[in-house]
Amino acid sequence: MSTSGFLLRRPTSARDSTALLRIDRLGLLLTLVGAAGLFLLPFVAFKANRILPGDPRDLAQALPQWAALGCESTLAAVAAVALFVANAPVRLAAALAGIIVIATALAIAANALTPPHNLVVRVAPGAGFWLLLAAVGLLATDAITRMRPGPGARVLLLALFLGAAWLTLALGTFDNVSVMREYAVNASAFRVAARQHVLLSIGSLGAAVVVALPLGIFCHRVPRARPGILSTLNIIQTIPSIALFGILMAPLGALAAHVPLAAAAGIRGIGAAPAVLALFLYSLLPIVVNTVAGLRRVSPATVEAALGMGMTSWQTLTGVELLLALPVILTGIRIVLVQNIGLVIVAALIGGGGFGTFVFGGIGQSATDLVLLGAIPTVVLAFSAAVLLDSLIEVLDRVKP
Amino acid sequence: MIVIESLTKRYGATLAVDAVSLVIERNTVTVIVGTSGSGKSTLLRMINRLIEPTSGRVLIEGRDTESEPGYQLRRRIGYVIQGHGLFPHRTVAENVATVPRLLGWDERRIRARVAQLLEALQLDPTVYSEKYPHQLSGGQQQRVGVARALAAEPAVLLMDEPFGALDPIIREKAQDDLLEIQRKFGTTIVLVTHDIDEAFRLGDRVAVMSEGRLVQYDRPEVLVTRPADPLVARMTGSAERAMRLLSLTTAGEAALPLDATDGLANGPVVPATASLREVLSELVWQSSESATVVDASGTPCGRLTVAAILSRGRPR
Repeated sequence: MSTSGFLLRRPTSARDSTALLRIDRLGLLLTLVGAAGLFLLPFVAFKANRILPGDPRDLAQALPQWAALGCESTLAAVAAVALFVANAPVRLAAALAGIIVIATALAIAANALTPPHNLVVRVAPGAGFWLLLAAVGLLATDAITRMRPGPGARVLLLALFLGAAWLTLALGTFDNVSVMREYAVNASAFRVAARQHVLLSIGSLGAAVVVALPLGIFCHRVPRARPGILSTLNIIQTIPSIALFGILMAPLGALAAHVPLAAAAGIRGIGAAPAVLALFLYSLLPIVVNTVAGLRRVSPATVEAALGMGMTSWQTLTGVELLLALPVILTGIRIVLVQNIGLVIVAALIGGGGFGTFVFGGIGQSATDLVLLGAIPTVVLAFSAAVLLDSLIEVLDRVKP
Repeated sequence: MIVIESLTKRYGATLAVDAVSLVIERNTVTVIVGTSGSGKSTLLRMINRLIEPTSGRVLIEGRDTESEPGYQLRRRIGYVIQGHGLFPHRTVAENVATVPRLLGWDERRIRARVAQLLEALQLDPTVYSEKYPHQLSGGQQQRVGVARALAAEPAVLLMDEPFGALDPIIREKAQDDLLEIQRKFGTTIVLVTHDIDEAFRLGDRVAVMSEGRLVQYDRPEVLVTRPADPLVARMTGSAERAMRLLSLTTAGEAALPLDATDGLANGPVVPATASLREVLSELVWQSSESATVVDASGTPCGRLTVAAILSRGRPR
């Protein structure tokens, strides 16, 4: 429904005519950033093997002439749209064209620079590539924001983006790009890490919801208990993650050593147990705080009416109070999920697994491509979780209490 | 019939309600009036046990309200509060169906009852059933609140400042509608207000509360003619007590037979439902000595003279 909605919501013709004469400020900034990326920085880095520092190549050196020309002229057209066109759907289309061209250029450069059947050389995306991608990416984000798509449209856009990314990867378009070379070597480890990453972030979130929701309800019902509980959780929140992993190692190690049942259940000083426990502890505060805030925004008249109608205390809580507080509680859950997806990276330091394995492995071997193999999917995961939960919250929040 | 026996609520050292006893007859409107902090809302909430009394008891139709769990008691008693308290996440129909659902009525019976109530409260079910409370005006929200309270056909309806959030013009209409609903469903209504005019307008009996105690409980005209203490006299307004008395009687009730005053038929025509206060005002305005009273169909049914009206404004 929103798709037709934002198509109708175009700027008026009067604004269109003046907009053509005016230079878009964000467009100007993005054009300057993009131009700097294109002309001043290397588009790709050519490395004789995976740990050697790269040999910078700009677009003209990396691509066949026809491709370089095509890429540059398309990017010039995108810049023109960014500078002079106010119509958001047109800006989005231009940004998407820019993303496709930049990605294609990377794939072509990788194919062109890699000698046939050579699995040792690496063609890595360079600073210029990342800067260009950031510029068109921001242009796309800005255009989407201007179109104000509804929750359904946002989820659809996310699905299209993920689908397109999956399709190009499955078709082998980027197989000669360094990150995909690392993937090819680590494919089975990647699948394990992905599963661990999702399980660690969602598992700790689930455990936190089970504890934090009743805790938040308790804080709401018993205001005297609130300051004590909230300040305790606040203190936990200030402990740096690595320190918290360290703190948990000793008691969990002792537990495993002395309680055979705990050891049998997989609880050890290192590994998933301290990681889940630490993430769980970090997750408590946002959910408790948002549960309290959500319940407080329910009008006292509504609660009194519910009780006055003959609802039991439990029916009032589940059928009225929690339902009305749900959008705010979900906002807390969204914060926690996105935060956990990022924090799980650190859990790899204590053997928790997840994409952090590649990040820290890559740092140890000074193999940037391996770091990216861990970092990129983490960012995509966090971004997708944020878009999905934000859309859900918006749907639920349609009814204002 | 509701019997309240020395009902008391104590919060620490303060007595919110101090040994109040009163009997509320079936099919009547009883208004509890008092300043804020007089204990009137606490008294009301002890009837449906939203507040548990410290001591004393309440009998509804002879049955002690303590004999069943509070939530079950409340399902049999309608409850309307200021600012309506409608559930914002539920449609009008779902709001009205709240208590029937709790009681486990079958869906067909619930649908029929919801439609019947919305119609009785002048809300077209086909238009309003699926709307959400925030899509309604203040007056409509208030009416949905009343419909919700009446949904399970309660014999007793408790109302705590039900018209407090409405502007004066809508309030008057809502008060008239409530009286009509009361006649239609034969509900026993107990209503709390701080507005003495509202109390006089609605109440068959008025209970005046002050500092937790029941000061006087009687018919409105008795409150005017024989106030039990200076507070009641001040509340009923000693300066306009004659006019207040006139406002309690309708033209129809005070009308003289038609034949007794033959030949004086030149004054204004007034409906039988108008109060004597309104008729007197009309007579003064038109410099007339008498008025013709007509019934709902417009047929003359009696006459009123200034002298007859004035005699009604004196204590008897």
